[in-house]
Amino acid sequence: MSLVRALGAVIARDLRIAARGSGQVAQPLLFFTLTCTLFPLAVSPEPALLRTIGPGVIWVAALLATLLSLEGLFRSDFDDGSLEQLVISPWPLPLLLLAKVVAHWLLTGLPLLLLSPLLGLLLHLPTAAFGTLLATLALGTPVLSLIGAIGVALTVGLRRGGMLLSLLVLPLYIPVLIFAAGAVSAGAAGLPVAGHLALLGALLALAAALAPFAATAALKISLN
Amino acid sequence: MSQFFAMGGYALYVWSAYALAFVVVVWQLVAPWRCERRILRRIARAQQRRGRDESGTP
Amino acid sequence: MLTRLYALASPPRFYRLADLWSRWLLWCGIALLLPGLWFSLLDSPPDYQQGESVRIMYVHVPAAWLSMFGYVCMATMAGIGLIFRSKAASAVAHSCAPAGAAFTFLALVTGSLWGKPMWGTWWIWDARLTSELVLLFLYFGYLGLKAAIEDREAAARATAVLALVGVVNIPIIHYSVEWWNTLHQGPTVTKLDKPSIHLSMLLPLLLMSFSYMALFGAMVLRRARGEILLRERNSGWVRELAMGEKA
Repeated sequence: MSLVRALGAVIARDLRIAARGSGQVAQPLLFFTLTCTLFPLAVSPEPALLRTIGPGVIWVAALLATLLSLEGLFRSDFDDGSLEQLVISPWPLPLLLLAKVVAHWLLTGLPLLLLSPLLGLLLHLPTAAFGTLLATLALGTPVLSLIGAIGVALTVGLRRGGMLLSLLVLPLYIPVLIFAAGAVSAGAAGLPVAGHLALLGALLALAAALAPFAATAALKISLN
Repeated sequence: MSQFFAMGGYALYVWSAYALAFVVVVWQLVAPWRCERRILRRIARAQQRRGRDESGTP
Repeated sequence: MLTRLYALASPPRFYRLADLWSRWLLWCGIALLLPGLWFSLLDSPPDYQQGESVRIMYVHVPAAWLSMFGYVCMATMAGIGLIFRSKAASAVAHSCAPAGAAFTFLALVTGSLWGKPMWGTWWIWDARLTSELVLLFLYFGYLGLKAAIEDREAAARATAVLALVGVVNIPIIHYSVEWWNTLHQGPTVTKLDKPSIHLSMLLPLLLMSFSYMALFGAMVLRRARGEILLRERNSGWVRELAMGEKA
């Protein structure tokens, strides 16, 4: 079996498990929508106000939805022992973990991306900003999954890892949040967003290059 | 002298900042001492218990 | 050289040396603190804009420096501990966290106490204050992970990975926050720092900084002794030591 086929098999397996339907895809989406719904109720339904806070609200909600879905990245594999199989397999573990992260993004990041225009509509985002919103989510959510993989790998063996996971991962999410929400706000105001997107792309490149190795080291420690 | 303590009207801020710095530094210097003592005592107790258990069983 | 370093890193030897060094650093710290306090409270001029409140700077700025230095120090020692499997290095890394968090907290609160008379408010979302707050969360994450893992060896290695991930992220977080701040900063905020600092203010600042640094070293080494004892509690030398203490 070639490396490419092995990676494909890892991704296909995770997608197949999700397709059997345990709410792994639907629940983060519902959470995302619900959180965005809370803001007009709590702050104000005033369209002008929603337009200013909208980008931030959508991004915070996307970030929290990703955070809650992170446990699913390794948890069930850890419980049934298939994670150890992955570690002792002959293929390089960083690449296998990267494949798992890609599967996680396809199951959570991509659906969030597809749903986001609807939420943009609900929060009165100007149509000019929709393209930017999609672009930031396309570049930003993979970073969230990549950094999250390190956090999950560190906490997967712990009994009450959920709360700790958010404590570990949220501070590391701050740059993504700043650049992404900033880009959408700038896009809504009709300002150029290429700089923001370039920075997000740089974060993505950096995270994709380094996070799999950190996650590998963390996972090996957790499994011992 | 009272002029010194008044700190040009900023006495509350200046002196509470210095007091807090003092408290934090002293706390961080003293806590490790106490922590070390506590650990040593705990190890010694565990040691004695183990010694009793071993001598107590025929 | 390497063999000497390894010998130094052997737990019993490090335990003994840490005592010596921490005492020495403590006295150095106090020796620097006394002139530092003299200059910062008495023999330095009030600021022409901020008046006497500028004296808060001498306890605030060194704490902020130490909070960053502490994290870098922690990550470095954690990396050494991870690569060379040195118990002494990872004990030092663990000990940096509480002291670093304490200095971060100190920097935040004294910054707030300085901000109230200067900006008229306890807190503004200034770039440096925000970075400092995020740094405090990073320290808490490290301490939380350390507390959550029961096996000491695994805790040392997991927290080392986290510290290294954190130290890569700190500059990114710092610059992103700074950039965010320039976008949102209101025009009324007056900057605390000036482009250059006069010698009469630099002297107390440096004295206080070196004093803090020496005291930080004393705290870390003292705490590292406790960490070493916990890690080595089943080895012969610790048992003998504990029994000797008891007797």
